[in-house]
Amino acid sequence: MHNVKHHLTDQLLMAYSAGTLPEAFNLIVAAHVSMCDDCRAQLASFDSVGGALLDGTDSQPVAEDCFAETMRLITSGALSPVKRPSPSAQGASVLPAPLRDYVGGDVDKVKWKPIGMGVKQAILPTSKEASARLLYIPAGTAVPDHGHRGMELTLVLQGAFVDETDRFGRGDIEIADEDLTHTPVADIGEDCICLAATDAPLRFNKLIPRIAQPFFRI
Amino acid sequence: MIYRKIRCVVIQSRHAPVITCMFNVVDPSEANVASSPAALRARTGGKTDLSTKAQPLAMKTKYDPTDWITHMTRIRDDQDQTAFAELFQYFAPRVKAFLMRSGADATLAEECTQEVMATLWQKAHLFDASRASVATWVFTIARNRKIDALRKQRRPEPEDLDWGPEEEPDQADILSLQQESEQLGRAIAALPAKQRELIEKAYFGDLSHSEIADQTGLPLGTIKSRIRLALDRLRHAMK
Repeated sequence: MHNVKHHLTDQLLMAYSAGTLPEAFNLIVAAHVSMCDDCRAQLASFDSVGGALLDGTDSQPVAEDCFAETMRLITSGALSPVKRPSPSAQGASVLPAPLRDYVGGDVDKVKWKPIGMGVKQAILPTSKEASARLLYIPAGTAVPDHGHRGMELTLVLQGAFVDETDRFGRGDIEIADEDLTHTPVADIGEDCICLAATDAPLRFNKLIPRIAQPFFRI
Repeated sequence: MIYRKIRCVVIQSRHAPVITCMFNVVDPSEANVASSPAALRARTGGKTDLSTKAQPLAMKTKYDPTDWITHMTRIRDDQDQTAFAELFQYFAPRVKAFLMRSGADATLAEECTQEVMATLWQKAHLFDASRASVATWVFTIARNRKIDALRKQRRPEPEDLDWGPEEEPDQADILSLQQESEQLGRAIAALPAKQRELIEKAYFGDLSHSEIADQTGLPLGTIKSRIRLALDRLRHAMK
């Protein structure tokens, strides 16, 4: 994964480190960092800022029995067992580990739903403040012009897409806001699989006829 | 190579005396380090007399209260409750403060602090001093607990790199991490108060940037550029 060209912003990495992002954005940040060593390093430095702040913060006295209670917690076995972080699959799977956790396996386990023109999507279960979905775009297929209402992040997991701004390959993340209107086209070489996260309300639901929503938000 | 790269960027907290021990160097400046406010704070309730710090290496007690890395090793290898108690005394009140600033009431913060500190004990074998300081590690555990308990969300984590065979980390790597960490601590302390407050709010306050704007009455763009400026200054201070 050494060819990542399009990275996360410092602001997103800091917010991920601080733990203030909606779950859907946390997921896409974790997925990108799994594939990008630069952002992983940058994230480590933001975690260190958190550590330095914690170190220098005013303290809040704990209860007299706080330590004893903690020791009781340790010996009681009530803590959930330590799960080692999922090791890298070394490119053996399309989905990085944080995504496999949400899907329950690799890309063959995704429950796709067609949304027209051969494009399929799968909405992932995250908190409501933002949404995350996987998109499957057949090679060479263009996604019609669409704007963005909130912030929208798109991470390429397989294949590539090209739009007015650049080409985005595996590991690349495009950060779009209200200012960007684009026509992404999946690269001809291979079907494109992306993870998209947005804080704008979801537009696809069964109450709206499909025909009325041709400009699904990638 | 990945390892190297991360080594250069990761920046950490304090506790230089540890390193001088490891490298068998008796540094005359050590006495100053030991009497710095931070070191003094670290040893509140101190079981070690300050004067021991100024003694030659051979006279040093094996475990220095300011040496959180050694404490972690003792917890990992010996389930050493004394080491844990000292670490607890320093970090638990900070974790509680962090959780309360993030919106937890005192009862919830107390409960979560116990869970954070218990997790620290439980995961001692996963701590790697060449990748994070103990303070950073405690911060990440506390942050995850915050997301779980206060925001009721899952916290997706990046997949781990293959760091190679599990050996004790290279001492030179730990040393550079300590030095960078010291510089970071100084850089943050040296920030103008307003910039430091903004960064603290971004990390501890659980405030969005627009909420920060509401609190300070500053326009959003200004806040964003100030945070960027603050981070730029941090980066330069670490070079």
